[in-house]
Amino acid sequence: MANLITTLDPASRAASRGWSDTTIRNVFVIPTVAFLIIFNVFPLLYSLGFSFTDFRASSKAPVNFVGFKNYINVLADPVIWRTFSTTLWYVIVSVTGQFIVGFGLALLLNRPLPFKGLLTTLLMLPMMLSPVVVGLFWKLIYDPSWGILNYALGLGPVAWLSDANLALYAVAITDIWMWSPFVMLLSLAGLSAVPKHLYEAASIDRAGKLYTFFRITLPLVAPILLIAVIFRTMEAFKTFDIAFVMTGQPAAELISSRLYKMAFQQWQTGPSSALAYIILIMVLCITNIYVKYLNKAKER
Amino acid sequence: MRKTMVSLLAGASFLALNSMAVHAQELTILWAEWDPASYLQELVNEYQAETGVTVTVETVPWPDFQTKLFTELNAQGSAYDMVVGDSQFLGAASTGGHYVNMTDFIAKHDLTKTMAPATMKYYSEYPGGSGQYWSVPLEGDALGWAYRKDWFEDPKEMEAFKAKYGYDLAVPKTFKELIDIAEFFHRPADNRYGAAIYSQNAGDAIVMGVENSVFAYGGSFGDYNTYQVSGLVNSPESIEALEDYRKLFTFGPPGWGNAFFAEVNTAMAQGQVAMGMNFFAFFPSLVNEATNPHAANMGFFANPPGPRGEDFAALGGQGISLISYSQNQEEAMKFLDWFVEEKTQKRWAELGGYTANAAILESEEFRKATPFNEAFFQTMFKVRDFWALPEYAELLTEAADTFYPYVVNGEGTAKETMDKLAATWVETLTAAGYAAK
Repeated sequence: MANLITTLDPASRAASRGWSDTTIRNVFVIPTVAFLIIFNVFPLLYSLGFSFTDFRASSKAPVNFVGFKNYINVLADPVIWRTFSTTLWYVIVSVTGQFIVGFGLALLLNRPLPFKGLLTTLLMLPMMLSPVVVGLFWKLIYDPSWGILNYALGLGPVAWLSDANLALYAVAITDIWMWSPFVMLLSLAGLSAVPKHLYEAASIDRAGKLYTFFRITLPLVAPILLIAVIFRTMEAFKTFDIAFVMTGQPAAELISSRLYKMAFQQWQTGPSSALAYIILIMVLCITNIYVKYLNKAKER
Repeated sequence: MRKTMVSLLAGASFLALNSMAVHAQELTILWAEWDPASYLQELVNEYQAETGVTVTVETVPWPDFQTKLFTELNAQGSAYDMVVGDSQFLGAASTGGHYVNMTDFIAKHDLTKTMAPATMKYYSEYPGGSGQYWSVPLEGDALGWAYRKDWFEDPKEMEAFKAKYGYDLAVPKTFKELIDIAEFFHRPADNRYGAAIYSQNAGDAIVMGVENSVFAYGGSFGDYNTYQVSGLVNSPESIEALEDYRKLFTFGPPGWGNAFFAEVNTAMAQGQVAMGMNFFAFFPSLVNEATNPHAANMGFFANPPGPRGEDFAALGGQGISLISYSQNQEEAMKFLDWFVEEKTQKRWAELGGYTANAAILESEEFRKATPFNEAFFQTMFKVRDFWALPEYAELLTEAADTFYPYVVNGEGTAKETMDKLAATWVETLTAAGYAAK
C-alpha cells in the first residue's frame, strides 16, 4: 500500500489522505489568489487609475481625468531627474560594494576556519536588524562631534551626513554593511554546491589558483550571484528607510524619499502614483536585463 | 437545553451592551511624541478620576505626525476622537471636512476673549478673519532662545567681547547682536560653538528657523489674504534675514546639517554651544539636572528684534480639534468643556503645559514659575505663523527644499534662493486655484 501511494501523482496522494483537488483549491489556492488580488492587483490597478487624475487623498474635491499630464510633469521635473541620477549612482555604489564584500566574505568562509559557524552567524547579524535601527545607529557612528568613525580614523570633524559630497556615500556604506551578509549567504550556498571533483581535476592538471577561480568557481557560482545582484538592485532602487532617517541632504535624496514626500507629505496622490509607475517600469527594465544575463549564464 | 441557550444569549447581549457602554466612556487624543503629551496624559488622568471617562493620549514621533494624522483622516477613520494638531493643518483639515466646526463652542465659552489673541488667530480660525473656528488652543508655543549664563557672565569673556565689538556682552537686544555673540563664542579648536539652530530638511524644521529671522527682520512669507508672494518672500528684508540665518548656521557645531529640536538640546546639554534656538516646549529638559549637566547655567530670552526694530517670532504650538469621524463626539465635547475651565487651564500650566489662557499667561505666578516663562510670555504676544492653506504641505516642502541648499551647503545667494522660492510658490498657488502673484 505504501509503495502504491508513493507512485501516485501528488494530487492523488493528497486525495488518498482525504484531500481532494477541490479541497486543496478551496483551502489553499483560492485564499492565496484572493489575497493577491485584493492586496496586490487591485491597489496596483487602482493607483494606475489615480496616475491619470488630479486626485488628492487629503481633499474631497472632485477628481478630474488629466490624461498623461502627471507623467509629463513628473518627467519634466528637474528635481525628479536629480533624484533619479542620485538613486542610480547609489545603486551602483551600494550593490557593487555589497557584491565585493559579500562574495569576498563567502570565499573566506568557504575554507576550513575555526568557529566557522559562529563567525557566519555573527556576520549575518546586520541584515537581521531593522533598517531604521541601522540608520540611527550609523548616524551616531558618523556624528562629527562624538561619532566613533572620525575618532577611530583620526579624521577630525568630518560631517559625513551633512556634507553634500559625502552624504550619499555614507548612506551607501551603511547599506553595504547591512546587506553584504545577504550576498555572502547566497554566494556561500553557490560555492558549497561546486563539485569538489572539478577542483581535484584542476589540481591534477596543475591549474593555477586564479585560473581555477575564473574558469571553475566563478562560472558555476555566477547564476546564484546574479540572483543576489537582482535582489539587491531591486531593493537598493527602493531604498527609503535608511536614507530617510540618516540624512536630509538633497544631494543624497533618493527617488523613494521624493515619492514619499509627494505622496504622504504633499498629498499629491495623482502625480505620486505616476512617479511610482515610472519607478516600477525602470526596476522591471533593469531586472529584465539581469534575467537575460542569468539565462545566458545558466545555458553555459 | 432551551434554557441554557436563552441564558447564553442573555449573557452575550448583556456583555455586548456593557462593552458598548464602556466603549462610550473612552476617548483617544492623538498628538506628537514629546513632553507636553505626557503632561496632557497626567491632566486627563485627573479628568478620568473626576468623571470615570478614560482619556488616552496616543503619540506619534514628530516627523511622522502629519502623515499619520492625515492618513487616518483621509480614510475617515474613527481611531481618534480628538487631535492636537499644528496650526498649518487647519486649512486642509477644515476644508477636507475632517474637523468639526467649533465656532459655537468658542462663542459659548467666550474663548476669543479669554485666550491669547495670537493663539485664537493661528491655532483656531480658518480662513483668517472669517470668524470660523476649528480648535481650542491647547499648547501655546513659539521659538525662543536658551543661552549659557556662565559664559555670558564670565569677566574675561565680557572684557574680550567689549574690546572686539564695542558694547557689553549681554542678552542680545537685536538679531545683529545675536550674530555677533555667536561669532564671538565660535571656537571650533576648543569644541565650543556659537549657536545651534534648526537645519533639518524634514517636516517644518529649517522653515521654522528661517521664518523666525524673516519675521524679526520685517520680512514676510507672503500675504495670506491676497496670496501675494512676489516682492514679499523676496523682499530686501527677507533676503537679509536669510543671509543672516546662513551666517548663524556657520557658527554651529560641525555637521550641523540635520538638526531639529533634539539636536539643539543635545548641543546645549553637551556644553558645545553658547546659544540654542528651540521651541519653548523643549526648554524644561534644559533646566533639569538629570538631562542637562549645565542646567544651573541656563538662561532664556525671547527672539530679539531685527535691525529695523520689528519684533516678531515664529509660532509653534497646537490647538485641540474634534475629528468629524469620531463616534464619541458628545463625550469629547464634555471633555473640552472641562478643559477650557480656568481651573483646568491653571492645572495644565502647573503640570508643564503652555496654556493659551491670557489671564494665566499674564499672571506673575506663571511668569515666575520657570526661568523661561517670562520669555515665553513676551514671545506669545509677538508671533507670526506660516501658511495654513490646504496646500500648506507643498509650500512647506518647497520652502525646505529651497532653503536647505543655501543655508547648509552654501549654494547660490540669499537673493537667488528667495527669488526661486517666490517663483515656485506663485506657481504652486496658481495651480491650486489661488490668484497668486
